[in-house]
Amino acid sequence: MSLANYEEKATDFGNPNWVAYQTIVRTEIRRFTRIWVQTMIPPAITMTLYFIIFGSLIGRRIGEMGGFDYMAYIVPGLIMMSVITNSYTNVSSSLFGSKFGRFIEEMLVSPISNQTILLGYVTGGVARAISVGVIVTILSMFFTQLAIHDIVAVVSITLLTAVLFSLLGFINGVYAKRFDDVSIVPTFVLTPLTYLGGVFFSIDLLPDFWAGVAQLNPILYVVNAFRYGILGVSDISLGWAYGILLSMTAVAYIIAVRLLANGAGVRL
Amino acid sequence: MPYALEINGLTKTYDNGFDALKGIDLTVEKGDFFALLGPNGAGKSTTIGILCSLVNKSSGSVKVMGYDIDQDFGMAKRHLGVVPQEFNFNQFEKTQNILINTAGYHGIPRAEAMPRIEHYLKRLGLWTKRDNPSRALSGGMKRRLLIARALVHQPDLLILDEPTAGVDIELRRGMWDFLTEINNQGTTIILTTHYLEEAEALCRNVSIINHGEIIANSSTRDLLSTLHTVTFVCDLASPIDSVPTIEGYECVLADVTTLEIEVDKGQSLNDVFVSLSAHGVSVVSMRTKTNRLEELFVTMTSGGT
Repeated sequence: MSLANYEEKATDFGNPNWVAYQTIVRTEIRRFTRIWVQTMIPPAITMTLYFIIFGSLIGRRIGEMGGFDYMAYIVPGLIMMSVITNSYTNVSSSLFGSKFGRFIEEMLVSPISNQTILLGYVTGGVARAISVGVIVTILSMFFTQLAIHDIVAVVSITLLTAVLFSLLGFINGVYAKRFDDVSIVPTFVLTPLTYLGGVFFSIDLLPDFWAGVAQLNPILYVVNAFRYGILGVSDISLGWAYGILLSMTAVAYIIAVRLLANGAGVRL
Repeated sequence: MPYALEINGLTKTYDNGFDALKGIDLTVEKGDFFALLGPNGAGKSTTIGILCSLVNKSSGSVKVMGYDIDQDFGMAKRHLGVVPQEFNFNQFEKTQNILINTAGYHGIPRAEAMPRIEHYLKRLGLWTKRDNPSRALSGGMKRRLLIARALVHQPDLLILDEPTAGVDIELRRGMWDFLTEINNQGTTIILTTHYLEEAEALCRNVSIINHGEIIANSSTRDLLSTLHTVTFVCDLASPIDSVPTIEGYECVLADVTTLEIEVDKGQSLNDVFVSLSAHGVSVVSMRTKTNRLEELFVTMTSGGT
């Protein structure tokens, strides 16, 4: 094929980055749906156990929290916990897997922009987070009645959270050199922050000092903003939650793009 | 008219301080079948890594089909296909999907890519394996999959980094035919290989790189013409006890039925046979001792002339 013909063909395809983006997203979704036993079933089982143990068994003795029965109170936090964990681990493990198997080179040698690669991975993470979030939400309906207070808050907070933690998972994946490196952050950082982020309790229960410390935890804003969308109650202001989520997302995006541009972790 | 590949002053120093490339200059004409040769660690893979953005260069410039890899990286990559040494595809993905994905990464929609994918999979004997996971393919099939993947966006410049390593001779010959075919159709090919007969048989021009520097760059024919001697190995009809004396030629008896004769450029083989006949030595077959390019390569990269 001559050069002139190729250029003609290249423009015929439309925006190459759009096709590349769709390809990455399709590949990412196919990846986590192909291994659905590892990606979709465990969070469903874990959350069902939370609903049974914390909601039905222990929750019955706790009574109300924030004006709602305990089961209803913890459901938004548990849904967000699934969204956070799944968006993060999907991107970090997928990116690390493609580095480990070296098939990330397929993308690096092609004319895709760095932003397209990043957006493709993030969309894959968001897709898995929402899939698991929907499964957990459906399961929660077997244990409590969910009435959505503010659908805009529910959708926007879910999307923002999934995007933010997908970006953070991407940054983790860039730096990861061993399989252990992609499990350290979820185990030692995300899980404790989630437990301390108001999933199971209102920070009003904490002494003033610890309530102040808790406000340094970004997951507190995610959980409370989402709880506001579902129940209409929150320990923090919704404006603050959006501000912090948007700021963190912007910073994480800039860091991820810069890492890709420098070739950190993927180029010699 | 721009070259298929134009490299100027390319250097690469790794983080550990190792100078892998010390300012190489190289041009490859469009339509050429070009060999980039060198011992392990000479800088071949670093050069290829820089061309396809897997290695960050320290300095210098690279143009692919006239497009600078820094300023026009999208166009440069569109014109470049790379067959790496390692199997760097997703081993859990179906063979056909690997090509569909690669086409997609190059901005080619599935509908547009499918006829090409079918063509290359059939041409390379992989069509019946299209729905198999790539990990189930044999080593030779995986090599051919790498070639199909590099061609799916129909690049004008194809770089193959030891494409026939570990491939049996029949398959290797088949690959040679295929590469010759696509070169005849206009694709410029740059080949690195450890099988120097491969380079000698296929490539019109050769560059030899050693310790990060280009130490030879010319046509294969010109390079081979710098060889002063060729050693012929003669299989004898019957055993002999001593080396026959042939004036002007150096002879060595490898074993009782194998005689090695070193012939300088310009000397006549007829004289050799006349002398052997006079000594009552009958030759039943004859071959060159080593591949000629290999002989030259060893001489140049070991510090000889």
